[in-house]
Amino acid sequence: MTTQTAIQNSTVAVRSSTRRRWRVPQLSPKAWVGLCIIVLFVLVALLAPVIAPGDPTAETFIPDQPPSGQNLLGTTALGQDVFSQVVWGARDSLLVSFVAGFLSTFISVLVGITAGFLGGWPDRILSFLISIFLVIPGLPLLIVLSSYVPSKGEWVTIAVLAVTGWAWGARTLRSQVLTLREHDYVLHAQLVGQRWYSIVFGEILPNMASLVVNNLLFAMIGALLAEAGLDFLGLGNVTAVSWGTMLYWAQNNAALINGLWWWFIPPGLAITIYGGGLALLNFSLDEITNPRLRKRRVRVRVKG
Amino acid sequence: MARRSQGWQFIASKLGLYILIFWAAITLNFIIPRLMPGNPASALMAKSQGKMPPSALKALEDAFGINTHVSLWRQYLGYLRNTVTGHMGISFTNFPVPVAKVIGEMLPWTLFLIGLSTIIAFFIGNILGLYSAWRRGGKIADALPVAFTVISAMPYFWIALALLYFLGFSLNWFPISHAIGSNIKAGWNFQSIGSVIDHATLPAFSIVVTSMGGWMMQMRNNLISILSHDYVQLAQMKGLPEPEVMRNYGARNAMLPVLTSFAMSLGFVVGGAVLVEDVFNYPGIGYALVEAVGNSDYPLMQGIFLIIVSAVLLANLIVDLLYTFLDPRIRRA
Repeated sequence: MTTQTAIQNSTVAVRSSTRRRWRVPQLSPKAWVGLCIIVLFVLVALLAPVIAPGDPTAETFIPDQPPSGQNLLGTTALGQDVFSQVVWGARDSLLVSFVAGFLSTFISVLVGITAGFLGGWPDRILSFLISIFLVIPGLPLLIVLSSYVPSKGEWVTIAVLAVTGWAWGARTLRSQVLTLREHDYVLHAQLVGQRWYSIVFGEILPNMASLVVNNLLFAMIGALLAEAGLDFLGLGNVTAVSWGTMLYWAQNNAALINGLWWWFIPPGLAITIYGGGLALLNFSLDEITNPRLRKRRVRVRVKG
Repeated sequence: MARRSQGWQFIASKLGLYILIFWAAITLNFIIPRLMPGNPASALMAKSQGKMPPSALKALEDAFGINTHVSLWRQYLGYLRNTVTGHMGISFTNFPVPVAKVIGEMLPWTLFLIGLSTIIAFFIGNILGLYSAWRRGGKIADALPVAFTVISAMPYFWIALALLYFLGFSLNWFPISHAIGSNIKAGWNFQSIGSVIDHATLPAFSIVVTSMGGWMMQMRNNLISILSHDYVQLAQMKGLPEPEVMRNYGARNAMLPVLTSFAMSLGFVVGGAVLVEDVFNYPGIGYALVEAVGNSDYPLMQGIFLIIVSAVLLANLIVDLLYTFLDPRIRRA
């Protein structure tokens, strides 16, 4: 090996290492799979009118047909196309998981930071509120709440999910704020007289961004599953098309007893794949935030 | 002596907190139906006019604040008194059976099914977690957490539906509903116990599969952080056999937080698997809750909600008590 090539090699190495630094956060293959799944589902939801034109609830086909060229996933007992219901159902399920996930994370951040940053009496009151919502089991509360609400619709479900789903995140974020508040740079910011909002938004929030994203993904999965469960029980809007209501109608029309597996398998599979995508992304984010969980990389020493 | 009194102080403050939470929960139970536009109970009252004796309707009116001139505050006090003394009213659907009796009949089934599934999931999950942390880098050990991350994002009631269809309905290996054969009387004999286990297999399996991932991840993450501590590396350097390091230095220390969440999860047993009980028509608390919602049986709903919250609070209180005696650091905090 000549010195010339050795130098070239070393500059290449340096360049690639600096370039890698700019690609932070470096995503693992798992994260890419998760991300691709999520993007795919978002595209399906947005392009539903293109992928499956027409009304998904139209009863225009021969009922009880297994998957075929005409109906990719067969038809329901009412003669609806299952494939087009799965495609259109993505809209409702994604909307609920995104909006309810964001809302409950927003509440978690608000309550967690306020309690952790202010301390004292506000902290005691908010912590009490957190422990109430932590202890009261989510699904039964959801069921009871939504059974009292007279008008049913996605937005009612979203509101109920946000109200019941924020406590866990608020507790994690609060304790993180408590630790961060003791750090030197926060104390420094306070000493030089920075305003509370510039400390919160400039120092504390950026340092727990990964935790907030983690929380968001968890909340989205939770909202997705809880919405599916509520819809399955008939507590959502049963006339809307969502994966949960598909399961509700399949169950109510005895799809199982009549052997219409293509009616109840696809919506559940859709929930599983989309939820799995969110979970994969969350899992690899966990590895980024918690270095101990990361795969031990074998360091290859460069020969001089 | 000083330390002991601090321990009692800790317990007293926790007890106070739980009483406050309990109060908040039963108050929610009182407020929610009254806040909703068009009191839901009044529609039901109109429907049951003539089907129920006037005394029962009167009790209902009192419970939900309809046609009454009693002030809200007085209603509230009466409600609190009834709740504390265990008078949860009368279930509409099972008229004239009191709510407490309905719950009493449903509760053992839920405790059995969900309790057993929780324990099984706990053991399998923890063993898998130990394995995947210890053999990190191996193919199976690294695939396990990924697989279970995806599995725990599955809707468990859908797994229940699929199992019911393929194993119960198509292959006819397992019964597809109820907790025990219709011609078998529950009792301590082989036929009855066999039938109960037969009926519990599919619902239990769907709960175990979806919930053991959580246990696995917790154990794995705990153990991985513990294994990076100095004392574990010291033990390895001393040349102790690996299984011993794993058992005495790793697993033992990873157990404490895991046991805490196990005890807490036992509290969620009562309200834990509403949807699975619904899918299999399993006669437990969750099934009763769904039925109560479907029939607008508000007294039963309130009663079930109350029993679910009480179970969680009780489990949390027990955890706190245990911790006070197991972990001295808590007492000083």
